[in-house]
Amino acid sequence: MAGLKDVKLIVDGKRLDGRTPTELRPIKMQVGVINEADGSAFIEWGNNKIICGVFGPRECIPKHEANPYRALVKCRYMMSPFASLEEHGKSGPSRRSIELSKVIRETFQNIILAEEFPNTEIDIYIDVLQADGGTRTASITVAALALANAGIPMKDMVTAIAVGKGGDELIVDLGKLEDNFGQSDMPLAFSARDKKILLVQMDGLLTREEIEKLLDMAEKGAEKVYAMQVDALKEYYLKDEETKFKL
Amino acid sequence: MGDEIKEIVMSHMRKNIIANLLDRGERLDGRKFGEYREIEIQKGVIKTAEGSALAKIGDTQVLVAIKFEVATPFPDRPTEGVLVTNSELLPLASPTFETGPPDENSIELARTVDRAIRSSEAINLNSFYIEEGKVLGLFMDIYVLNHAGNYTDAATLAASAALLDTRLPKIENGAIVRGEYVGPLNPKVIPISTTLVKIGNHWIVDPSLAEEQVYDTRITIATTETHVCAMQKGKGCLTKDELLSNIDIAFKKGSDIREILLSSVSS
Repeated sequence: MAGLKDVKLIVDGKRLDGRTPTELRPIKMQVGVINEADGSAFIEWGNNKIICGVFGPRECIPKHEANPYRALVKCRYMMSPFASLEEHGKSGPSRRSIELSKVIRETFQNIILAEEFPNTEIDIYIDVLQADGGTRTASITVAALALANAGIPMKDMVTAIAVGKGGDELIVDLGKLEDNFGQSDMPLAFSARDKKILLVQMDGLLTREEIEKLLDMAEKGAEKVYAMQVDALKEYYLKDEETKFKL
Repeated sequence: MGDEIKEIVMSHMRKNIIANLLDRGERLDGRKFGEYREIEIQKGVIKTAEGSALAKIGDTQVLVAIKFEVATPFPDRPTEGVLVTNSELLPLASPTFETGPPDENSIELARTVDRAIRSSEAINLNSFYIEEGKVLGLFMDIYVLNHAGNYTDAATLAASAALLDTRLPKIENGAIVRGEYVGPLNPKVIPISTTLVKIGNHWIVDPSLAEEQVYDTRITIATTETHVCAMQKGKGCLTKDELLSNIDIAFKKGSDIREILLSSVSS
């Protein structure tokens, strides 16, 4: 996207919020936040606040969609009408959220062992309560925790992060202004152990060399996020039984 | 239920046939791994639109038409014109397309082509300013007329061709004078998309319908002469090295197809 020249994204090597080019925003994650869901998690990533609930494997509805060989993975990503600083958004799915639901679903279809649950469905519900740029990558990161919390067997953990270019610099974890006024944005999701790319999208202009560098920067950033995911899961499962069942 | 199981078994068999052929270096329709089907472009096919083109890749046919309207700019970009891209997977184009509002595949198509055109800066949206609170809106409609595989690349190609065909309307007193033009749009760059799929162990470009039904991983990479301007991965996953080598292929294919486009619109 064409950068607006009057928004200086990098001053003296620092970004608008004081971060270095490879520094992530503060991230907090919590597993097991919704009693009624089979699995759930909450993430605060910068000023993003995103909650995810997972249900299933459960009966596939409508029944005729059921696959006798594997579970269907379904995903609904939604942005709340109050999630942005600007106007009150429209309720219900937008074209953007329909596309994001699709790419998030396709990310997890690579990882979930769906063939273990024929004729069922696994639902991933993601609601963005407060948005601050990078909601799709934060959503994937929190959904991976909720899936693990639901006990859905997966081949690997999934970690997502956006990289891109703003103020002519390659940067990791784009904030909202960097997303809006930067030169390009490349959200990525990786499997944690074998480093497969499970999601890649990109807009703006990047050369091949820049993409190669950004992929390395994204891998390093994703490793940091993965460590936080592991900590969040440990925190939930290593909590003594008493506190856990109070939830 | 019986039919569904039959379909699942059949699709396994189709995949085996195609994957085994690829192991021997062959594709079902005889193409090389990096070879597109025949490409044909006609511009100016819709006289009621300010720009239009029909792109054919093999039997896949996509029409793109461009209309202008006076629009309200976005609040954070008050002097920039508006680009709106919509797509229709017409039910007549394939037995698998249904009537009704655009489904996720149609939305993904529109948003991928939109990203390629917008990011490439082919259109100078700053030149679309009319007056305070009024800008030109460029409405691009993608009509998939025949789906024989890889409608994404055909749509990007038709979109770029339609932009080359587009005339800017005359504006008087903040309104468009229909039927009168001030000159061509003259896009500065021509984005081209290349779609690759992986079946078994092999990457191939421009998947046919049969190949699209059995692929493991799909990625679309749009390029200008110098930059990648959009990417969209479909189903599946890939390694970093696969992504980078696919980008190299996309640059090469992009430049071949850009040449075909330019020679066919100038003739």
